[in-house]
Amino acid sequence: MAVSVDEAVSTGPVRDRTPAARRFGGRGRSVLEIALLTVLAVVMLFPVLWMIETSIKENRDVYAIPAKFFDFTVTLDHFKDVFVASGGGRSTLSVAFLNSVVVAGVSTVLATVLGVPAAWAYSRFSVKAKKDQLFFILSTRFMPPVVVVIPIFLMYRQVGLIDTKLGLILIYAAFNVPFTIWMMKGFVDEVPAEYEDAAMLDGYTRLQAFWKFTLPLLVPGIAATAVFALIFSWNEFVFAIFLTSSDTVRTAPPAIAGLIGGTTVDWGLVAAASVVFALPVLVFAYLVRKHLIAGVTLGAVRR
Amino acid sequence: MAGIEVTALHKRYPDGTVAVEHVDLSIGDGELFVMLGPSGCGKTTTLRAIAGLERQTTGDIRIGDTLVNDLPPAERDIAMVFQFYALYPHLRTRDNLAFPLRAEGLPKPEVEDRVAEAARLMRLGPLLDRRPNRLSGGEQQRVALARALVRRPRAFLMDEPLTNLDAELRADMRTEIKHLQGELGTTMVYVTHDQVEAMSLGHRIAILNKGRVEQIGTPLEVYDRPASLFCAAFIGSPPMNLIEVEVADGKLRSKGGLVLTPPPGLPRDRSLVAGVRPEALEVTEPGAEGSVPARVVSAEWLGDEIIYVVDYGGQRDVRVRMPLTVRFATDAPVGLRHTGGPPVVYDVNTEELVA
Repeated sequence: MAVSVDEAVSTGPVRDRTPAARRFGGRGRSVLEIALLTVLAVVMLFPVLWMIETSIKENRDVYAIPAKFFDFTVTLDHFKDVFVASGGGRSTLSVAFLNSVVVAGVSTVLATVLGVPAAWAYSRFSVKAKKDQLFFILSTRFMPPVVVVIPIFLMYRQVGLIDTKLGLILIYAAFNVPFTIWMMKGFVDEVPAEYEDAAMLDGYTRLQAFWKFTLPLLVPGIAATAVFALIFSWNEFVFAIFLTSSDTVRTAPPAIAGLIGGTTVDWGLVAAASVVFALPVLVFAYLVRKHLIAGVTLGAVRR
Repeated sequence: MAGIEVTALHKRYPDGTVAVEHVDLSIGDGELFVMLGPSGCGKTTTLRAIAGLERQTTGDIRIGDTLVNDLPPAERDIAMVFQFYALYPHLRTRDNLAFPLRAEGLPKPEVEDRVAEAARLMRLGPLLDRRPNRLSGGEQQRVALARALVRRPRAFLMDEPLTNLDAELRADMRTEIKHLQGELGTTMVYVTHDQVEAMSLGHRIAILNKGRVEQIGTPLEVYDRPASLFCAAFIGSPPMNLIEVEVADGKLRSKGGLVLTPPPGLPRDRSLVAGVRPEALEVTEPGAEGSVPARVVSAEWLGDEIIYVVDYGGQRDVRVRMPLTVRFATDAPVGLRHTGGPPVVYDVNTEELVA
């Protein structure tokens, strides 16, 4: 009854005006939003766009003044140069890419294999000074890599890890384990411990219970965490340039940086190498984008 | 089936928290035993120690004649139902039920028989092919109960199994659990913080507080003679009124002049508190015989009765249970008198029952 009274009272114009005003406010805001986002997108994406353009321009177009935005001949020669050496055979850049794949992949796997069970243990068990331990683990990430690169360099020289892929793998894993523990702990906290309790009552050991019941539920979290770890290892520059020197060991970031210098810089090659370097991470992040969002909102933020 | 003996249980976590200070329990074969207490009182830790999910720091646990201290949960021959049901999310109801049996390695036909029997007992027929995320909370809890049943364990352990259900469903499930336990005659240890649940389910109730047992008794014993001030305040809704009294002229007298019949054998030289149930008091017209002047602070209309909250002579918020026929307005001057037998009396300092 009350509803019909309300409807009788509210007259046509009144009812029209409110939504109209709201619609106008909505449109005004969205126009502003779109304009700002466009500006932001242009600022953010222009270097990427320029990199892609440069990678498919011929050398004379790369150096053309005024710069050519649209009117240039497309060539894939630079991409060929990335993979094939000038005299035939593999280029040093392609070796660097392969090194990057190995180093980033293995270090991520290592960090995940070590970090996930640790996160589970921190989540499930009552550990002495748990908070202090977790804080200590996090504290290893407080300083930027460049702070520790010299002591690491000296230590590596002593044990013969300088200029080895293993050296890079270990240092990247060491940087990713704390991150993995912290992010995965959030995910493990979300999975009720009762699944494991129930499985233990059903005849499984604690580890089996974790393996069979908790781990499958953690897969999205592990995917998100591993992608973040992978991106870190893939993009890492400081350790790579300090700790490696030979072409057979060097990863892509220092290898690409090494192209710049000398009297002439082959910007086309630099750009093409950068495009190739950026692609895998983009594709990978796109494939697991749902998990990434879950990782950001669920795993890391809560607790 | 078997009884459960817990002797001098003590649990201290590595971080120094003491979850269970000292607990002795003797649970009979076929008994529905309820552990009741506020959160953090150690009831769940005790249950998990019985289940083998926590290792006690010291103390012994026997299930039947077996000392189970060092046995893993699976070898204790018990089943547990959890607050969050803990159904395996990737399995259909049927497989959830069959899971513990398959883990035991029973032959296939027997697994099917037992699943069918449990499904019949808990009326799960139409739910057998659904996964947990397609079940309501009540349905999930019935599946969880059925999963405990199929094992035919020596004892059931229930960890607040009804806490996540809404009130109506909770009452239904309570009846169902009680009925089931009676029918199967299996020992059941039931943990809850809900005193109504404890009263309605338990053959006996253990009230725990701060890692210690405060009282063990039948629901009636616990209600009529709470063993400590803590139990007195915990059992009953609304709770017992705790009124400071002193002994004078062979009577118990409170500050505002309210007179209570003293129980026999009262010590004289201690400060005492009388525990008076709301139904042992009466709100009367002001000046009625044997009443003290009081004032109605509020009235809670519960449909079948009214709970009056009254103040009198410095004593605040005394709760009185009255039939609907007796009505007083808020702030009205009224009389208050004691109608029941001698109240229980506690020592203020030791917080223990003295008479």
